[in-house]
Amino acid sequence: MSKSDKPKLTSVFLNGIITENPTFRLVLGTCPTIATTTSVINAVGMGAAASFVLIGSNFVISLLRNFIPDKVRIPCFIVVICTFVTIVQLLLQAFVQSLYASLGMFIPLIVVNCIILARAEAFASKNGPLASAVDGLGMGLGFTLAISIIACVRELLGTGCIAGINLLGSGYEPMLISTMAPGGFMIFGLTLGVANIIMKSIEKKKKAKEAA
Amino acid sequence: MTPVMQTNSCGNVLLFFVSCVLSHNFIFSRFLGCCPFLGVSNKVETAAGMGLAVTFVMGLASLFTSAVYQYVLYPLQLTYLDTISFILIIAGLVQFVEMFLKKSSPALYKSLGIYLPLITTNCAVLGVATLNTSAQYDILSAVLNGVFGALGFLLAITLMAGVRERLETSHIPDQFKGFPIGLFIAGLMSVAFMGFNGLV
Repeated sequence: MSKSDKPKLTSVFLNGIITENPTFRLVLGTCPTIATTTSVINAVGMGAAASFVLIGSNFVISLLRNFIPDKVRIPCFIVVICTFVTIVQLLLQAFVQSLYASLGMFIPLIVVNCIILARAEAFASKNGPLASAVDGLGMGLGFTLAISIIACVRELLGTGCIAGINLLGSGYEPMLISTMAPGGFMIFGLTLGVANIIMKSIEKKKKAKEAA
Repeated sequence: MTPVMQTNSCGNVLLFFVSCVLSHNFIFSRFLGCCPFLGVSNKVETAAGMGLAVTFVMGLASLFTSAVYQYVLYPLQLTYLDTISFILIIAGLVQFVEMFLKKSSPALYKSLGIYLPLITTNCAVLGVATLNTSAQYDILSAVLNGVFGALGFLLAITLMAGVRERLETSHIPDQFKGFPIGLFIAGLMSVAFMGFNGLV
């Protein structure tokens, strides 16, 4: 690989956070997004767990990319991802019992989070270990950021608190639906629409700048 | 959360069916399988095909994963390997369904396209395997849970596809086309499904 072909680490990193944000731009991994955004603490915990798995699996898969036969690559990727998920699961169970209990079955389900397999397939199987780890970090942070934003909105509307700290005072009548299933779908939909509006206006400005 | 289940009479099985399909619907109350629910729900036929393929895989996956858990992993005290063994079983099953469909119904195979191998990463399939072990279902209950849960998924995705076919001709603001409006409809449908909560 020549030097000019190598992706720049900073652009790889920012790619995951903004231009290809897994939640807002690619709309991958919707299940954990809806299920764990009932409170900010859950969302951050989920994001951190998924980021750890993303970085680890991207790094290992990138190291193994020349040894894995093309035909059986998906099962191989899944085994690597699953190993990291099991590590996270055991670590959480040992050290952060409360988070382990509240995330529940969504920890083993990180294995089937499409973001992770998609990055393994699209990035780690084609790039070097360092770039892949950075890509995992960027994607993980982008995912964490996105679900934290949604969780902020849901928790604030549903309980009047953010991360357990009461912000709206005791006079606030909680909008219970926001932390229940329908609120999850609708607030995710709304945030996605708002993110689209913001991205479109940024793109317009960029185009106007280029034209000027 | 998980409904109690005894398969000793027909009435109980019926109750279990209602609870899995309506009040504990995989998509609307457990948030499992949302990716294909939003991704493959553009046409009713494709959605129904996807739902049927998932039903088949989920039934078989429940059977094999709970058998492996009860007769291999648990006696050997290897339960921490549950996720990795479940996902390998599921990946194998999906491969089998893919080959089967390719031979028996090429049209459906083509229209499912990329989403067929993605059943492996459908969280409903791994989710039902995890639910079965955490609720300590016996094998029969596990299979029923898998099949009924998948029928709930089939119902949800087919309804969603029906709504989305109508959406194509309606006027939606540009930024809300596609996923955002889809999520909104899912939200409204889940309000409707919440009405079934008192049923079981």
